Amino acid sequence: MAEAAIEVKDLSKTYGDGVKALDGINFEVEAGTVFGLLGPNGAGKSTTVKILTTLSHPTSGSASVMGLDVLGRAAEVRKQIGVVAQSSTADREATARENLRLQGQLYGMKGSDLEQRIDSLLGSFNLAGDGDRIVRGFSGGMERRLTIAMALVHRPKVLFLDEPTTGLDPEVRAEMWEEISTLAAQEGMTILLTTHYLEEADMLAQNLAIVDQGRIVAEGTPDDLKKALKGDAIQVGLGESRQQPEVESALAGVDGLSEVLLNARTLHARAADGARSVPSILTSLEAAGISVDSVTVSRPSLDDVYLKYAGRTIEQAEKNENEEVAA
Amino acid sequence: MNVFADTWHMAQRHIRALIRQPWWIAVTLVQPIIWLVLFGGLFKNMAELPGWPEGLSFREFIIPGVIVMTAFFSAGWGGMGMIDDIKRGIIDRFLVSPASRSSIINGRLLSGFLTIAIQALIVLVLGWLMGAHYPGGALGMVLLIVIAGIVGFGFGAFSNGLALIIRKEESLIAMMQFLLLPLTFLAAAFIPLTLAPDWIANVAKFNPVNWAIEAGRSALIDSSPDWNLILTRTGLLLVFGALMAAFATRAFRSYQRTV
Ligand SMILES: Nc1ncnc2c1ncn2[C@@H]1O[C@H](COP(=O)(O)OP(=O)(O)OP(=O)(O)O)[C@@H](O)[C@H]1O
Ligand SMILES: [Mg+2]
Repeated sequence: MAEAAIEVKDLSKTYGDGVKALDGINFEVEAGTVFGLLGPNGAGKSTTVKILTTLSHPTSGSASVMGLDVLGRAAEVRKQIGVVAQSSTADREATARENLRLQGQLYGMKGSDLEQRIDSLLGSFNLAGDGDRIVRGFSGGMERRLTIAMALVHRPKVLFLDEPTTGLDPEVRAEMWEEISTLAAQEGMTILLTTHYLEEADMLAQNLAIVDQGRIVAEGTPDDLKKALKGDAIQVGLGESRQQPEVESALAGVDGLSEVLLNARTLHARAADGARSVPSILTSLEAAGISVDSVTVSRPSLDDVYLKYAGRTIEQAEKNENEEVAA
Repeated sequence: MNVFADTWHMAQRHIRALIRQPWWIAVTLVQPIIWLVLFGGLFKNMAELPGWPEGLSFREFIIPGVIVMTAFFSAGWGGMGMIDDIKRGIIDRFLVSPASRSSIINGRLLSGFLTIAIQALIVLVLGWLMGAHYPGGALGMVLLIVIAGIVGFGFGAFSNGLALIIRKEESLIAMMQFLLLPLTFLAAAFIPLTLAPDWIANVAKFNPVNWAIEAGRSALIDSSPDWNLILTRTGLLLVFGALMAAFATRAFRSYQRTV
């Protein structure tokens, strides 16, 4: 394995109020790759990022970035990293250029080198015409792009992106994905990104870890994780509402069927070979007097991975998030 | 060291914000102008009291106090901007950069000093237009501004430190209100302490605001400044400032423990 840009060992963090945000997590990120931390609200994603970026101190365990211990050599770590926090951290009363300039100055950049860097970043983040505008007037997408540009001024070796696309509309999100893939490919940077969005992790990350309640519940490439589920996802739309025990007993005789779960009028199940199981599922349901509207068979998605390991569906996680946004 | 460069870069951010909203200085001048114009007129006859410093008009007497109070008030509210920056994640952004930690507060205090100096100059000019004399001359004015600046540094560091610990605007407003007015009235801002009740005169001995007012007044108004008084009070103020800076640094650590 190539050199690890990030190493996390038995990291735990308990906040002052007794909340155990991290409960012994371990992972490694290979230099030059994109690593995704996927998990629902409160999983501990931001806490992990805060510790890796020297902002917060772990209760126990250790972590290093580019071989530098985040506790013992924090000052050196800070020079190597760029951080995009979960919410925008630009100064809204200043212009985009002033924000970028101060950020560069704090990393010891100055003069024409800095100004050129600012111009090129404004250009590549589609803000060329907006450099001298006050950030207060920016759209959410513009402000997010500026925040990412700010994290890149000093050409960091490792970039941390905490939920880079949360709260953006789908169009802007797609743009952002492209931006991130380009960064990873062109600059050879190591990127750690956290997200709630499965498609996002699937699309951007070479490796990912699913975090839930402060623990890593699964780790691997998106494909590996999907393969580990073994078998196809089957969804059956029922003609009327039924109870879980009813469908369970109806399907008890079907071979190779597992994880039967009724969610309103949709029946979820997993089968080693989906296409083969469908006929016997249909006959069994019919025999029990349960009518069927539709059937779909699909390869497992990360959605299923999430459901299996985090014990909740992504819908639930997103629902929580929306409630939070509304609050 | 890049401590100085960082502080200057941080200060520039606040100075730019100040230049973009210059009316803010005008707003903060409303209070001192009320003191000067209304109090100065209303209590003019105080100067006839027995025991009043000879040859001083009431207005001349309160000018140094008004300047120190203005400095002390604007510094006292300095933590509000810090809370704003904490909420916006700007402080955390600075903390994950190599910028020196102290520059985060000192940049604010430096720009605060600029505000204080501008406000002091305006009050001095207004007082002069209303007929006040400054026997201390240019040196006296500079000394008064420096002394007001040190008070501003101390209370600014205190306010920023509190902001880092409590992180709620309402709580900071409550605590500051609890402090600002009492500290003002337990000082020789409006009458000489010789004319105040004994207990006030005694409490005032421990009040940094009073140290600044007495030293600043002697520098500006006395025809032969009391250098002993000026130097000892300025020394005490420096100690006070250093203590407050230490408090703010500790507050930073406590902040980082809760992130
Ligand atoms: N500063 C803090 N003080 C106390 N508890 C905290 C603090 N920050 C986070 N927590 C708690 O730690 C747990 C993990 O939070 P964290 O912010 O790491 O989750 P997350 O995965 O980033 O969630 P989200 O998707 O909502 O951003 C949560 O229970 C949260 O309430
Ligand atoms: Mg988070």
